[in-house]
Amino acid sequence: MRTALRIVGVTAAFGIIALLAIIFIPAGRTSPVTALPENYQPPTDAGARVAVAADCAACHTAPNGLPFAGGRAIESPIGPIYSTNITPDTQAGIGNYTLVEFRAVLYDGVRKDGTRLYPAMPYANYRKMTEEDVRALYGYFMKGVTPVAIVPAKTSLSFPFNQRWGLRMWAWVALPEAGFSPYMGDPQLDRGAYLVEALGHCGACHTPRNIAFAEKGYDSRSASFLTGAMLQSWPTADLRARSSATQRWSNAELVDLLTTGRNTTKAIGGEMALVVEHSLQSLQTEDVDAIIAYLKHIKQERDGTAGRALRREPLATAALLSEGLPAIGLGARLYLDNCNACHFVDGRGAPGVFPQLDRNDLVTAASPNGIVAVILDGTSMPSTAKRPERLTMPDFGWRLSDPEVAALATFVRQSWSNDAAVVSAAQVKAVRSSLTAKR
Amino acid sequence: MSRQAKKTDVVIVGLGWTGSILAMELATEGLQVLALERGADRSTVPDFAYPKMIDELKYGVRNGLMQKPRDSTLTVRHALNDAALPYRVLGSFLPGNGVGGAGVHWNGHNWRAMPEELKLRSYVAERFGADIIPDDMTIQDWGVTYDELEPFYDRFEHMAGISGKAGNVGGVIQLGGNPFEGARKRNYPLGPLPSTLNGRMFADATRKLGFHPFPMPSANASAVHVNEYGMQLGPCNFCGFCERFGCINYSKASPQTCILDALKRKPNFSYRTNAEVLKVELSPDKKTATGVSYVDEKGEEVFQPADLVILAAYQFHNVHLMLLSGIGTPYDPRSGEGVVGKNYAYQMTGGTTLFFKDINFNPFVGAGSNATVMDDFAVNQIDFRKEGFIGGSYISSGQFNGQPIRSMALPRGVPAWGAQWKSGVKEWYGHSMSISSHGSNMSYRDCYLDLDPTYQDKHGRPLLRMTFDWKPNDIRMTQFMRGKIEDIAKSMNPTSSTSSYKGEGAKYDVRPYQTTHNVGGAIMGANPNTSAINRYLQSWSTHNVFVMGASAFPQNLQYNPTGTVGALAYWSAAALRNDYLKSPRPLM
Repeated sequence: MRTALRIVGVTAAFGIIALLAIIFIPAGRTSPVTALPENYQPPTDAGARVAVAADCAACHTAPNGLPFAGGRAIESPIGPIYSTNITPDTQAGIGNYTLVEFRAVLYDGVRKDGTRLYPAMPYANYRKMTEEDVRALYGYFMKGVTPVAIVPAKTSLSFPFNQRWGLRMWAWVALPEAGFSPYMGDPQLDRGAYLVEALGHCGACHTPRNIAFAEKGYDSRSASFLTGAMLQSWPTADLRARSSATQRWSNAELVDLLTTGRNTTKAIGGEMALVVEHSLQSLQTEDVDAIIAYLKHIKQERDGTAGRALRREPLATAALLSEGLPAIGLGARLYLDNCNACHFVDGRGAPGVFPQLDRNDLVTAASPNGIVAVILDGTSMPSTAKRPERLTMPDFGWRLSDPEVAALATFVRQSWSNDAAVVSAAQVKAVRSSLTAKR
Repeated sequence: MSRQAKKTDVVIVGLGWTGSILAMELATEGLQVLALERGADRSTVPDFAYPKMIDELKYGVRNGLMQKPRDSTLTVRHALNDAALPYRVLGSFLPGNGVGGAGVHWNGHNWRAMPEELKLRSYVAERFGADIIPDDMTIQDWGVTYDELEPFYDRFEHMAGISGKAGNVGGVIQLGGNPFEGARKRNYPLGPLPSTLNGRMFADATRKLGFHPFPMPSANASAVHVNEYGMQLGPCNFCGFCERFGCINYSKASPQTCILDALKRKPNFSYRTNAEVLKVELSPDKKTATGVSYVDEKGEEVFQPADLVILAAYQFHNVHLMLLSGIGTPYDPRSGEGVVGKNYAYQMTGGTTLFFKDINFNPFVGAGSNATVMDDFAVNQIDFRKEGFIGGSYISSGQFNGQPIRSMALPRGVPAWGAQWKSGVKEWYGHSMSISSHGSNMSYRDCYLDLDPTYQDKHGRPLLRMTFDWKPNDIRMTQFMRGKIEDIAKSMNPTSSTSSYKGEGAKYDVRPYQTTHNVGGAIMGANPNTSAINRYLQSWSTHNVFVMGASAFPQNLQYNPTGTVGALAYWSAAALRNDYLKSPRPLM
C-alpha cells in the first residue's frame, strides 16, 4: 500500500515536473535548414513574391483593412482566432523580431515572447520553407511593408483552449520535418510541390486531419494529402481523385479558376476566394503552371465522393423543368422559382458567369453543408485583375425554410447527372445555426 | 464655414455611365480621380438581388430607384409668360439616383445617331433648303461628325456588350440589319436577342409591306460577354423587369456590370456617396474651376479642390450646376443671346396597341430591349419639304414586360375600374401587342432651361426651370408616323386596336410617363456664340470643366440617347488624354 502510494506520488511528482517543464521551459527554435552566409542577399522582389505565394495577406489583412495590419477573424473549431499585425511597426507589429525569432514563427509556431501560436497559422506547412525564402520574407516584412501602428483584436478562447502550453505537445506530434527536399525528379514538378506543400499551404484546408487535429500527411507521398477535408462545416475539394474536378479539367480551365476565381463551369467562393484574390492571381505564370503540373501528376486512380456515378440522363431534368407541371415536386418548383434564372433548366449556367450545377463538386460533395451554406447565405467570386467583377449569388436563407432548403438541395444533388445523398431539414438547420453564429 | 478636403487631380460629379467611363479613362492615365455621387451606393447584390427587386409596386410604380422630388426637382411651364410650378410627383420623366445612375434602370435600347442627325441643320439646308426651317426652330450641327464618333460608338458598344445585327458594315448592307444606319466598322459584339411572337408578327407584316425590320440593338446580353475591362455579362433570361429596375441577373449593361468593379481596383480612384455637389467653384477671372463644393452625408459642406472638373450628372443637373456656378453665359430666349440653358428638347413618342382575341403573347416573357424595329421612316428617309416637317422616327414592336399594374392594355370600351374592368382584364391580358413610334424632337427658341425666380431647393438654391411645349412641326411628324403605323396594324388584321399620339394643339403634360430622354441645355458645337461646350464637351468659358451627357445634344435624335452619350464620353476622354492633359487650355 505504502509502495503503491510512493509510486503514485513519484509519478505525480514527475508528471508535475514534466508539466511545469512543458509550460515553463522556453521553446526550442528550429535552426536554419541551410547555412546561408551572414550577408546573403535575396534576389530583388523575392520577398514580395514569397509573401504572395504564402498568401500572408489573406489572413493578416482585415476586410477593408491596411495591408498586413491583422485583425481578420479566422474561424476555427475552438472559436475565432484573430490574425496579428505583421507590419514592421515595433510596438503593434513585428519590427523588433530577429531573423531567428521570425523563423521560429514560421517553423515552430513560437512567438518572440515564447507564446505558442494556434495552428490557424499554418506553420506545419510553412515549416517546409527554404532558408532562402525565409530570408527573403524576413527582408520583405522588415523593409518592404509599411509599418502600421494599429493593435488588432486579441484572440481570447475559452478554457482549456486558452492554455497555449498544450500546443507544445501538439507540435511534437503534428509537425513534419523542417525544410523541403525535392523528390519529384523534375524541376517543374518540384517547384509545384514546393508551392503547394510549403508556401501555398494548400494542405491546411484540403488535407483531412487526424484526431489530434494534425494534417494526415504533408506531401504527395501521403495518400491522404489533398484528398479533401471539412473546413469547419465546409467540404473542401478533393484535388486528387481521378473523378475530381481538378483532374477532369484541362490545364487552361485550371489556370482560369486559380487566377480569376472562375472558369467555364465553376466559380470560387468562400475562403478560397481570398486565396485567389490575395495570392494565386498574382503568381508568376510559370508558378501557376508548376502548381497545375504537380496537381495533375499526383492524381489518384480512385473515384472520389463527389461527381461520381452519372445517374440520370441530364436531359430528363431539363425536360421536367421546362414542362413545369404542378406535380414536379417541391424541390423542382423551388429550383424554378429561385435558381433557374441563372443556372437554367439544364443546370449548366453560363460560362464564367453562372456556375454549372451539373457535376459540380461542391453540389455533389459527400457533405451537403457547402451547397446548403451557399443557398442560405449566397457567395461572391473574388475580384481579380483579369476578371474584376465580384459576381455574387444572393442569399436565400431569409425566404426558404429548413425543409425547403433541404428539398431544393436534394433536388440539385440528384438532378441532371448528379447522384448525391438526400439532404435533411436537420442538416440545414445545423448549417443555418453555424452561419448565424459566425455573424 | 466649409471644410476643405485634400486636393485631387480630377473630381467627377455623378457616378453613372459617363462618370464611370471618365473615371476609368482618367484613372488609367494615372490621375487621382474622385467621384462624388449624390445618391447611395448600389451593387447588384444586395441592392438588385432577386427576388426583392422583382416588385412592380415598389420600383415600377413608386419609383424606388429614382430621385425623390423632395430632394431634387425642377419647375415646369409651357411658355415664356407662364409661371412655372414644381414637378412634385414623378411622371413624364424619371431621373435616376445613386451609383450607376440611369444606367441602372434603363431598358437597354442602344443606338447610334444617324450621320445626318449629327449635322442636322446643314443636312436640311443642303438637301431641302434652309427656308423650310421655321424661324423659331433653333436646330444646330453638333460640331462632331458620325465618322469621327464611329470608333467611340464602337468602343461603347463593345464595352457594354450590345446584342444586335449590323445593317451596314463598312458600307456593305447586311441582310437582316438596319440598312439605313451609318456605316460601322464591325458587327455588334453579341448576336441579337431571340424574338417573342409580337416581334415575329411585326417583322412578317412589315416585310410584306416592303419595309426592312431588324432586331433592336440591345444592352440586354444575348450571351455571355467579357469586355475590355474584364467585366462580364450573363445571358438575359427575359424576366420582364428591366426599365425602372436594376438587373437581377448581370445581364443588362450598366456601370455595375461593365465598369465599377474594375474601376474600384484602381488605387488612384475613390468615390464618395451621399455627396451632393452644390456648385463648381471658379477662379476670380472665371476662366478656370478650382474645384467643387458639396454637402457630405452628414450635411457638412466641403470644398473639394481639383485641377479638372467633370460634370457627369443627369442632363438637368449639369445645366443647373453650370447656371448656379456662372460657367458660361445664361441663355436669354428673348434676345437669343447666351448659351447655357439653350435648346432643351424632349422626345416625341406615340403608339398603337393591337388586340388579338385568339393569340396569346405571354407578355411576362419580356426583356427591356426585346423589340423588332424598322427605320424606313427615319430622319434620313423622309422628304422634309414634301411631308412638311423636320424629323423622323423608328417604329418598333417590343415586349418588355407583362407586369400587372402598368402593362394591362385593354381595348376601347372596357371600363377602367369595377367588375367589367375585371372581366376585361381576364379576357384581354396577354392578348395584345404594340407598335410604337420613337421620334425626334427639334429645338426651339423658347424651349430652354434657366433658374427659377421663385422656388428653391432644400439647400436654398433656385430650382432649375424648364420652359417647354410641343410644336406643330413635331406633332406633324408624330401624326405622319401614326398613319404609317396604323397601316401596318391594319395589315395584321387585329380584333381591334387603340392609338395614342399627340394631336394638333397638344400641350406638354408632365403627369403620364413618356420618356427620360431629356436633352440639351449645355449643347455642344463649333461656335462659342451658339453652344455652351465645344466639340470635345469642354466648356467654352471655363476650360477645365468638361460636361458629359445628353445635355450636349443640340436637339433630340430620333433614337434613345445612351449609345450617343457613351460615344461622346469616350470621344471627350480621348481628347482629354491625348491633348488636354498634356497642355491644359481651351481645345478650340
